[in-house]
Amino acid sequence: MSVSAIENGTVIDHVPAKNLFKVIQILGLDHIDSQITFGTNLESKKLGRKAIIKISGKFFEDDDINRIALVAPEAKLNIIRDYEVVEKKVVEVPDNITGIAKCVNPKCITNFEPVTTRFRVVSKKNVALKCHYCEKITTQENLQII
Amino acid sequence: MKNRSLVSIDDFSTEEIITILNLAEEFEKQPVRNLLDGKVIATLFFEPSTRTRLSFESAINRLGGKIVGFADAASSSVSKGETLHDTIRMVSSYSDLIVIRHPIEGSARYASEIASVPVINAGDGANQHPTQTLLDLYSIRKTQGTLNNLNIFMVGDLKYGRTVHSLMMAMSRWNTTFNFIAPEELKMPDEFKLYLENLGLKYYEHSDFTDIISKADIIYMTRVQKERFSDPIEYEKVKNVYVLRDSMLRNTKPNMRILHPLPRVNEIHTDVDRNPKAYYFEQALNGVYTRQAILCSLLGIK
Repeated sequence: MSVSAIENGTVIDHVPAKNLFKVIQILGLDHIDSQITFGTNLESKKLGRKAIIKISGKFFEDDDINRIALVAPEAKLNIIRDYEVVEKKVVEVPDNITGIAKCVNPKCITNFEPVTTRFRVVSKKNVALKCHYCEKITTQENLQII
Repeated sequence: MKNRSLVSIDDFSTEEIITILNLAEEFEKQPVRNLLDGKVIATLFFEPSTRTRLSFESAINRLGGKIVGFADAASSSVSKGETLHDTIRMVSSYSDLIVIRHPIEGSARYASEIASVPVINAGDGANQHPTQTLLDLYSIRKTQGTLNNLNIFMVGDLKYGRTVHSLMMAMSRWNTTFNFIAPEELKMPDEFKLYLENLGLKYYEHSDFTDIISKADIIYMTRVQKERFSDPIEYEKVKNVYVLRDSMLRNTKPNMRILHPLPRVNEIHTDVDRNPKAYYFEQALNGVYTRQAILCSLLGIK
């Protein structure tokens, strides 16, 4: 892909192509002023089709970045300063998820009253979340980000 | 257990469960006591449930406690649009303990986080009904003399029945062998079978309701509900297959007892009622003793 390198900022690689826009939403990239380039449907041996996001002049806290682990568990981050990769990070699916995902169960209390959702991560590979309230499992396929 | 809530059976350790069962045994010997004198218990039934509500209210009355509450949501401020959050905040300042039944799943957990007093879940939709599980455990221990190494047959709707799921999870603490008898559409879900596999427990699945019950220590019957079937013809086919009749009990073990969370429709023929192996009405009575034990434990009275 012919996209110029960034001077300072963050490159998020190995995002599953189908979840690119979810990552953008979770990180709030649609609301920031930074220059952003992204490519999608790029070939990847690991993911089939991947996406990559380059954000100029933006650095993330670990807690922020781990929020994308739900939709891009294998994402890798390159932190760029002065055109050099100064740090590489991987995202980590946390043990507990608070307030990011929606419970899939339409009869769950979190879908009726303004309750902050809480989940225990019961599987990190194929992400599966057990609702703290209704105890039903929300899997990757029906994961909705709030 | 003082000031704890009981939302899910997993909230209690094995020791705590045994403590409650032992206490229930004391209440069976002497059910009328004044232990809840001066206490106010709120019973909030957002959906009607005759058996569970009467059983709780009987337990509270026999202990000398007072009851505030409602028997269905239509007669509460919910009909004016009040949130569960606000109802619970208010009621927890009126009472020493809240018993809640609500059709929305997770509502009891949520209520326990809002309330300043202990909350007992008396059923939250298809999720949990831990006092039913405890009274089932009490009934099993009482009739078998132990909870260890039993062979439990579960019959009927094993897919949606929350009582069988909770009981299965609870009994898995005591090296139980399970036999599941259900029509194809209502088989025990994979997640529960996986749970048993991970624990190394044996289970067997059957679609026919036959002689195999001769091995049972407990037969736990459930209702096959018409509304669970997408195809009404399928329901018509199976509705009379999973019916227990007196003639089927001939070769069963002498210690075997039949449980059912009730209400039954036709899945236990009335000719079974006279058989000494029928235990479902005693089981319902055990619910009063078990709930007395739970109330007193959470209030720190016993």
